[in-house]
Amino acid sequence: MIAIVDYGAGNIKSLKNALDYLEIENILTNDKNEIKNADRVILPGVGAFPSAMEKLNQTGLTEVIKEEAKIKPFLGICLGMQMIFDESYEFQKCNGLGMISGAVDLISDKKVIIPHMGWNQLVLNHESKLLDGIKDPFVYFVHSYQAFCKNDENLIAYCNYGDAKIPAVVSDGKYVFGTQFHPEKSGEVGLKMLKNFGEMK
Amino acid sequence: MLAKRIIPCLDIRDGKVVKGVNFLGVKDVGDPVSLAEEYNKQGADELVFYDITASYEGRSLFLDLVNEVSKKIFIPLTVGGGISSVEKIRDSLRAGADKVSLNSPAIKNPDLIKEASEIFGRQCIVLGVDAKRDENGTFKVFMNGGRVDTGMELIDWVKKAESLGAGEICLNSMDADGTRNGFDIEMTDAVCNAVNIPVIASGGAGKIDDFSEVFEKTSATAALAASLFHFGILTINDIKKSLSEKDILVRK
Repeated sequence: MIAIVDYGAGNIKSLKNALDYLEIENILTNDKNEIKNADRVILPGVGAFPSAMEKLNQTGLTEVIKEEAKIKPFLGICLGMQMIFDESYEFQKCNGLGMISGAVDLISDKKVIIPHMGWNQLVLNHESKLLDGIKDPFVYFVHSYQAFCKNDENLIAYCNYGDAKIPAVVSDGKYVFGTQFHPEKSGEVGLKMLKNFGEMK
Repeated sequence: MLAKRIIPCLDIRDGKVVKGVNFLGVKDVGDPVSLAEEYNKQGADELVFYDITASYEGRSLFLDLVNEVSKKIFIPLTVGGGISSVEKIRDSLRAGADKVSLNSPAIKNPDLIKEASEIFGRQCIVLGVDAKRDENGTFKVFMNGGRVDTGMELIDWVKKAESLGAGEICLNSMDADGTRNGFDIEMTDAVCNAVNIPVIASGGAGKIDDFSEVFEKTSATAALAASLFHFGILTINDIKKSLSEKDILVRK
């Protein structure tokens, strides 16, 4: 059972649809016990960093997510990936979940069209179970801010946008994974990643 | 690097796919779900569903159809036509759409762009624009399916929409639409130069080289077509293969 953390941010219907299509059991929830009882957790997210963190803090989900991500596979998607970093500078400095070292700020190349919207190709930096059986895929991005990893070991894959090197898949090497792109909107390769995540031990 | 996107548009009326010639005098063919599946197989990068009558007659969107498609196809879906309120945007997103395209309602109430982008994020707010040249060659914005001249200049409007929070612009040239003589390079280029958000070129695609032309001569990030695909004149595969041969990056 995958718990999709439902804290009122963005379009999580398509994520549920993709998991249903793959016949992976899932539940949309903001209930702490349901998140604790699930065997994996996905943190989705679209929108602005500070308001999303505020919602997690208000509902008391912040601590639960941090604890559960130490003992079971965890995947943050898009803003959900950005939130697993230490802090963000979107609008104002705001603390994140601090599960991977680094920060979130504006896309480093100031000449490119913003948002970074569309299909970009992943460049692999390290191997990861999440990308098993997938080679040089195009995946679907929509975002205006990017993560900056402190440690190269956390950077599993990135993409190039103008002169910016945008972290696309990050991991702590244990249970925590994040994708800047939307696997649930990235066609066959995205479904394969969700399947990989659904089969992780 | 970012790939150029090829986007088929499905104009919907009464649950079926429609394509108008210069908007008026529509022919009725095709089942939307099977057509969407076919486009997905051909390598479509996104799908746009446009309720062609909604804006004019106030019809509600075909949310059931969007819902059905979103359970089978996992690429971005945009819904347009008659979306005139935050509630209607919410309904569209709940049905499985990823983005909404606002056209006439955004002209009547520009604050809708601001309000919607603050609630849902600018990434899901697409400004749809229909434009054509006036007698002096100035690009003017039209609304209600191209029936009503707003008097607004295109460049002023897209800049304003960007500042209000639009995340993308889908520009339909009424001068080019239905002609199959190619995209409106001049108009597309003017809009691309006026804003720093992604621009989708629409209207006029008739042959394979029209796609490379719009990507080589403008900074449009996507090209949209309807009847070309709908009547099987070209497949998305054909177009992507030809773009690849010209060193224009596309998703394989």
